[in-house]
Amino acid sequence: MARIDITKHELVPKHEVLSEEEANKILEKLNITKGQLPKILITDPVVKKLKTDVGAVIKISRTSRTAGTSTFYRVVVAE
Amino acid sequence: MRIIPKKIEGVKFGLLSPDNIRKISEVRVITADTYDEDGYPIEGGLMDPRLGVVDPGLKCKTCGGRVGECPGHFGRIELARSVIHVGYVKQINKIIRACCRKCGRILLPDVEIEEYRTQIKKAKRVGKSELPIIEELLKSAKTPKECPHCGEEQADIKFEKPTSFVEDRNRLSPTDVRERLERIKNEDAEVLGFDLEVARPEWMVLTVLPVPPVTVRPSITLESGERSEDDLTHKLVDILRINQRLLENIEAGAPQLIIEDLWELLQYHITTYFNNEVAGVPPARHRSGRPLKTLTQRLKGKEGRFRSNLSGKRVNFSARTVVSPDPNMSINEVGVPMLIAKELTVPVRVTHNNIEYLKQIVKNGPDKYPGANYVERPDGNRVSLGKVKKIEEVLERIEVGWKVHRHLIDGDVVMFNRQPSLHRMSIMAHEVKVMPYKTFRLNLCVCPPYNADFDGDEMNLHAIQGEEARAEARVLMRVQEQILSPRFGGPIIGGIHDHISGAYLLTKKDTKFTEDEAFQILFISGIDEPLPEPILENGRRYYTGKQLFSLILPKDLNLVYQAKICKKHKVCKKEACESDAYVVIRNGQLLSGVMDEKSFGAFAGELLDRIVKDYGTDEARKFLDRATKLVIEVISRKGFSVGIDDEDIPKEASERIEEIMDRAEAKVQELITAYNEGILERLPGRTIEETLEMRIMQTLSEARDKTGTIANEYLEQESYIKGKDNNSRIMAVSGARGSLLNLTQMSACVGQQAVRGERIMRGYSERTLPHFKRGDRGSKAKGFVKACYKKGLDPLEYFFHAMGGREGLVDTAVRTSQSGYMQRRLINALQDLKVEYDGTVRDTRGVIVEFKHGEDGADPARTDWGRIVNTRKIIKSIVHESIKDESIQDRDGGR
Ligand SMILES: [Mg+2]
Ligand SMILES: [Zn+2]
Ligand SMILES: [Zn+2]
Ligand SMILES: [Zn+2]
Repeated sequence: MARIDITKHELVPKHEVLSEEEANKILEKLNITKGQLPKILITDPVVKKLKTDVGAVIKISRTSRTAGTSTFYRVVVAE
Repeated sequence: MRIIPKKIEGVKFGLLSPDNIRKISEVRVITADTYDEDGYPIEGGLMDPRLGVVDPGLKCKTCGGRVGECPGHFGRIELARSVIHVGYVKQINKIIRACCRKCGRILLPDVEIEEYRTQIKKAKRVGKSELPIIEELLKSAKTPKECPHCGEEQADIKFEKPTSFVEDRNRLSPTDVRERLERIKNEDAEVLGFDLEVARPEWMVLTVLPVPPVTVRPSITLESGERSEDDLTHKLVDILRINQRLLENIEAGAPQLIIEDLWELLQYHITTYFNNEVAGVPPARHRSGRPLKTLTQRLKGKEGRFRSNLSGKRVNFSARTVVSPDPNMSINEVGVPMLIAKELTVPVRVTHNNIEYLKQIVKNGPDKYPGANYVERPDGNRVSLGKVKKIEEVLERIEVGWKVHRHLIDGDVVMFNRQPSLHRMSIMAHEVKVMPYKTFRLNLCVCPPYNADFDGDEMNLHAIQGEEARAEARVLMRVQEQILSPRFGGPIIGGIHDHISGAYLLTKKDTKFTEDEAFQILFISGIDEPLPEPILENGRRYYTGKQLFSLILPKDLNLVYQAKICKKHKVCKKEACESDAYVVIRNGQLLSGVMDEKSFGAFAGELLDRIVKDYGTDEARKFLDRATKLVIEVISRKGFSVGIDDEDIPKEASERIEEIMDRAEAKVQELITAYNEGILERLPGRTIEETLEMRIMQTLSEARDKTGTIANEYLEQESYIKGKDNNSRIMAVSGARGSLLNLTQMSACVGQQAVRGERIMRGYSERTLPHFKRGDRGSKAKGFVKACYKKGLDPLEYFFHAMGGREGLVDTAVRTSQSGYMQRRLINALQDLKVEYDGTVRDTRGVIVEFKHGEDGADPARTDWGRIVNTRKIIKSIVHESIKDESIQDRDGGR
């Protein structure tokens, strides 16, 4: 069976792994620790594809009905 | 008493061990008797003075405290035999099945147990629940027939509700159960989910019962001087009595059968002491037959401790009475009956500036309005002016720094509420207006947010007690600040019913008033604006309705929209519209179009919406107050009533309707014949039966719509011929009340009755009623009502109509309870979320839920029906129609 690249699907928003500095900048701006970020499972299909580790911060850019585009951040957690 | 601030790190729940119960107990309760002949509590009884004090004046024998100081102290009952705790039978059942009957080990090989242990450890480490793992262990340990540790053969254990266990037809006594639980090793108990610091399996079987302090179960003295004990005390008396008998019988060496009976009785009493609503156990009752309220019943449900005493409480400084309307008040006001104004108070601090005024108020006392009910000294002590003998003495002592609790007066800010409080507009801040009689009065424009009507609705009022609270309520909760709903970004407060009909009558094309009439109307509605040039007709001066209405519009307002009465023609004739549905306001002058629901109606008012958003809430409140008064004055003068003849249609129309009905019925018969002959063409994805049903429903509903259109045509035509619209139709088209569907159901045809979205199918075999042939699929046999309400329904139609109507009632009843529960869950889940100043949404731990509220960071109440900007509206208001409407509409998709 042919494998499908889920990130190409129109309903899957763009996920990117942030570098350590970028992640720290976000945390600093929001004045929070990593534990206060929303979470995403390491087993999440998109995260699997990004091949990243627990603790990485992922930036998600979605299209929004109210704002055009919106950005969301999630920290990768183990199951 | 010094208060030591401490932070609660967490809460841990565990089981009370017998040792612990003995340690916390001050008294061993041994006798079921409570008081001696002289009415003194007996030592070692349930009212032992060492258990705490409830009588004022007495001191506690344990701690020496008086009522209010002594928290109460536990006692205990040493049980003659062990008893199972009903709250834990489920856990006991699972555990004894998973453990060996002889050696007490978990019925799994050591390797597997260790495997589970590591899994649980891992789950705990990552902060996940270990419960599913334990659940799985218990399931897999149930199956082995033989103990992998000692080789003992395992028997099947049956759980018999509510508290017995049977192993191979032998009943296990609670003592047997306890012994088995005792045999479980600590290491195994850990894997079974026990936190050994606070729990051991055998503690789920009681050997000692804690007796709660008397402060938990105070006795009350009735008027007759008789003492009445709390339900818990009654239950404890029962337990003690049986426990005593059981003990005596055991000591006397009574036969096993008698002992077992008493033991079971003890189990029953202790079970019902914990929970009097256990399935399969008859509830213990009071002498009067009322079931006792025991421990579980105190906590559970709507009337339980949590929902009734902790999540919600009764409050002081509040009042409740029936509401009634007052169209002469401002939307910001609330009419408060004098009786209530004298009962509710507001604390006012005495200063140099108000001391004379407050002294006069205090002098008036609690009965003369405006007076005061209390004065409060700087140390917080209160003097009741109703009880004090000489008010003069109090008067002399009052000085700066005291507080006077004075009656409510006009202008005080209070909170007004109607249940169910489903959104924030269910509690709003109003200004008091003290009035005679006994009802709260409110302006009709605030009926929609409260969802109030006047068929007996009651509302609550809360007098605000502090300056900060008052300021906050006035700024944030005031009615005029709530005109825009955060639900859809439009006005939720606005005109209703006669406001709309009145606005229509005032502003429609040919409405004009003589100068005299106009002056009277404007004076009564409190409109004091410079008048425009009147129009001259036959030498008399007239003002048009549109001219009068324009007086209350902001002078620089520009607005264009289609009124509610607009018929949505393909090509809009704009100002030339014959129903005057094209509203144009230029520089605050209503040039064309009629005011209806879309002008200042609640939920729909475009004009009101524009005014709040562009001119602010003060201006909007002023507009609403004046517009409603004006419009009510106009409708009162003109008169407005409806009658059955509003739905009269000419004979010609009835004949046309009749013809359409006949044709539809013939078409239905045709379809049925085609179905019977097997030549009906099946719709894609449907069975042949479904196809038939759909086609019939479609045919009949088309026919009903057609009759409706015809009836409406005639109703409208008539209004043109006579030059006078009928009032029922005015209400329907202007959006004041009712719909065209209601009118056509009255004058043309009621239409198909449905149950569960289908034509009516239930009843006898293959037919709905015995008046039809079996298998009749015709329109009449399945609940189509051909008649109109005015003509009247025949008995069969009436019956089907009642079926459809009943479903509606049941649906609403079910829906309200379901949505109420959903609301509770949503509130519990979301109550601590907060939008921070940086626009993020966070919970109390600072965990982010949204990075920007609603993704755009907008307050929906300040948006234009959900949009941040509405370009089309802005352009329209500036350039009117020099730009083609349609092209702009295309660009932003319309609304
Ligand atoms: Mg009502
Ligand atoms: Zn005490
Ligand atoms: Zn064994
Ligand atoms: Zn039109």
